[in-house]
Amino acid sequence: MHVQTMHIPDGFINGPVSLVAMVIAALGIVICLRGARKQLDERTAPMAGLVAVFIFAMQMLNFPVAAGTSGHLLGGALAAILVGPYAGALAVSVVILVQGLLFADGGLSAIGLNIINMGLVTAVVGWFVFRWTIRAIGVSKPKVFFAAFLAGLIAVPVSSLAFVLEYAIGGTGTIGWPTVMVAMTGVHILIGIGEGLITALTVAAVFLARPDLVYGVRDLLPKQVLVVEPAKGVA
Amino acid sequence: MKRSVWVIIWVGLGVALFAAGVLSYYASSSPDGLEKVAEDHGFIENAADSANATLPTADYSIAGVENERLSVGLAGIIGVAVMALVAFGMFWLLARGKKPSDEQASTHVDA
Repeated sequence: MHVQTMHIPDGFINGPVSLVAMVIAALGIVICLRGARKQLDERTAPMAGLVAVFIFAMQMLNFPVAAGTSGHLLGGALAAILVGPYAGALAVSVVILVQGLLFADGGLSAIGLNIINMGLVTAVVGWFVFRWTIRAIGVSKPKVFFAAFLAGLIAVPVSSLAFVLEYAIGGTGTIGWPTVMVAMTGVHILIGIGEGLITALTVAAVFLARPDLVYGVRDLLPKQVLVVEPAKGVA
Repeated sequence: MKRSVWVIIWVGLGVALFAAGVLSYYASSSPDGLEKVAEDHGFIENAADSANATLPTADYSIAGVENERLSVGLAGIIGVAVMALVAFGMFWLLARGKKPSDEQASTHVDA
């Protein structure tokens, strides 16, 4: 039977820390709204919409990672690579809002925590891992696949560390945070492998169809209209 | 000839509908990473039901629909529809009136 995917519920993290997280998440969203306004245009906006819908759907598909444990896509790395870090973080934040408000997935008081961990952190980490990697190794089909895999793989355990930090400051559990950290990181490295695969397959599919629609490689593609002479003159 | 953006959008929406409407029934029902850690380390009891837990759409099932395959599938399709409205609406508003930069650039080069 299907059990709901579970984001942080009400009650894991105390009120004050949850409230501070909500303020930070709101600030983050404002920054992302401004950034996305700069980075999006009329051609890329529908892609951002699609990415949000796609991540919502994929988050429903929990995959097994170890005996009696499952994981699901977080999506921030995928979103950031395809539509840029600002619009990407916004896309995941909208997913978390709809999940919390419509499907009671994730506590309402924990919505700030969930937006920080799954929206902001994964988008930022995924973006930088992808960009650093692709700049170091160059752009080609297998290299884009590899860089996207790495971005998803790393974003998930870092996201779980954000939870550990929140737990260390305001966790209601009695078990110490170092124990929680070991357990969270371990299982989320496994989930990261699934995240990396879904991220890489999706980014590669878009890259094959329209490389210019992959925001993370757009500025690295060979220009279609080359104006060679003036460039030589300048050099 | 470039493939239209809208081909990718429609294919992507189709995949999303299939995933949320059909495949979701086959998703693993095991606790996810966080839930498992909370179970193993004794703080799962601290979880309170969401204030929204009484919604007819809570927990990705539709109240009153007995058939589980239908219930989760419907919830998934409703979710995809709501997400599409909210997300396409928001990003359309954000990008309204902004032409793609390479179109601007190519106009500039031509001139």
